Amino acid sequence: MSPSSKRRTGFSKKQQYSVFTGYLFASLGALLGLALLGLSLWQPSSFEPLRGPATDVVAPAGEATAAVRSGRKNVWDTITGYWRAGSQNAALRREIEIARIRLAEAQAVEVENRRLKALLSLPGEDSEAVATTRLVGSSSASSRRFAYVGKGEADGVEVGMPVHSERGVVGRVLEVARASARVLLLTDSESVLPVRRASDRTVAFAEGRGDGLLRIRLINLGLNPLEVGDVFVTSGAGGYYRPGVAVAILNELTPDGGIARLVADPSATNYVTIEPIYEPLAVEASEVRARDELTDEELGD
Amino acid sequence: MQRLAPSARRDQYGSRINRAKSPIREYCTPYASIMLASLVPFLFLADVMPFVPPLGFMFLIGWRIMRPGVLPLWVGVPLGAFNDLYSGQPFGSGIFLWSLAMIGLEALESRFPWRGFWQDWFTAGLVVIMYILAAMVVSGATLSVHLLLATLPQILTSILVYPLVSRIIASLDRFRLSRSRRIG
Repeated sequence: MSPSSKRRTGFSKKQQYSVFTGYLFASLGALLGLALLGLSLWQPSSFEPLRGPATDVVAPAGEATAAVRSGRKNVWDTITGYWRAGSQNAALRREIEIARIRLAEAQAVEVENRRLKALLSLPGEDSEAVATTRLVGSSSASSRRFAYVGKGEADGVEVGMPVHSERGVVGRVLEVARASARVLLLTDSESVLPVRRASDRTVAFAEGRGDGLLRIRLINLGLNPLEVGDVFVTSGAGGYYRPGVAVAILNELTPDGGIARLVADPSATNYVTIEPIYEPLAVEASEVRARDELTDEELGD
Repeated sequence: MQRLAPSARRDQYGSRINRAKSPIREYCTPYASIMLASLVPFLFLADVMPFVPPLGFMFLIGWRIMRPGVLPLWVGVPLGAFNDLYSGQPFGSGIFLWSLAMIGLEALESRFPWRGFWQDWFTAGLVVIMYILAAMVVSGATLSVHLLLATLPQILTSILVYPLVSRIIASLDRFRLSRSRRIG
């Protein structure tokens, strides 16, 4: 392709100046961008008032694509279901019988738990969901793993609330706008979640790696007690998540813990629930730094 | 008098006689298409790794490479800001990187004015690779080998999708400059 002759400046001073001004504006724009970038890396929530309404506008379109997404998944499941239907049916029937027995046992344990808790006068764990919604979108072109939900401040969603699917933890609310909210997924490299092994009290941190897997980092170092296939659930430490919700399954062992797969793939879930913060008091307490001086008002409490 | 073939009076945008472009279409199509393309990755659900190409940026460099002069040099500022609202990147990364890309492409074009499609594809691929890696660095994520490996599929799709993007831009350009009304 030959260059367009319109873009040559020649001897025209006017043309030359306009090209120069273009370069000048573009360079100033780049500098402005650099400054804004620095500001938003330093104070990540500083542009929330801009982003929130913008997300509110697009979220309804995301509802439509979310509906299509779940529909498409069902079609695919139906097609794959035809393969090995007979043998799978028999295997599933055996499995469900055992699962029913285990479920009945679990119900008995739950009843006993409730009775013991009532004896100790501990509050119940049943938390009413704040909102049930779909994941309407995500930052699919960026290295960060954010998702967006179509419920916001107007529905009672607040920053820090955990987001669960029917399988387990999905993430937690990071920013809230009027009718939409941004969720930090567990797979994001900035996400850290306190977990414990479901079978005992081995506590660890589940950190996102940014490639879809979680790194399980044991808090007590020493001999690594983990085994491949261990299930991790939330420990409830930190106060955001209620304890006992499934998070990840260990896939691979490392010296200080392991690498785990998510239990609740956000893209495989249809609906997610946003639950209230488990213990707001614990969250508030963690935000007070050791050297903060209390005001007179707080001392009065 | 010898009659001309009817096709001789036509160019790629339609009849050359009695043709008036719509000014709204002429000036808005590039911007509208880039903004819509910025919205597309928002609607996909990527929970594991980034897999959708940065379509807004690809449309920007596509318009810039295929129709030089249509977009002003400073256009990265408003369009990058719009992209930042939806991309999940920290606000300002789009403004910064898109402006740099526009300046870089302008400088490259003054150095290599003659080029063809394959060379354009090479340029676009190179620019997109640099953009994706730079965006990863400024995204605020903890940099690691795993994060880098997770962007490789995205880089590959981005390079492979450029011919498609350029075809879409070509048809948008035909729509932009086609006849909107008859004169007289």
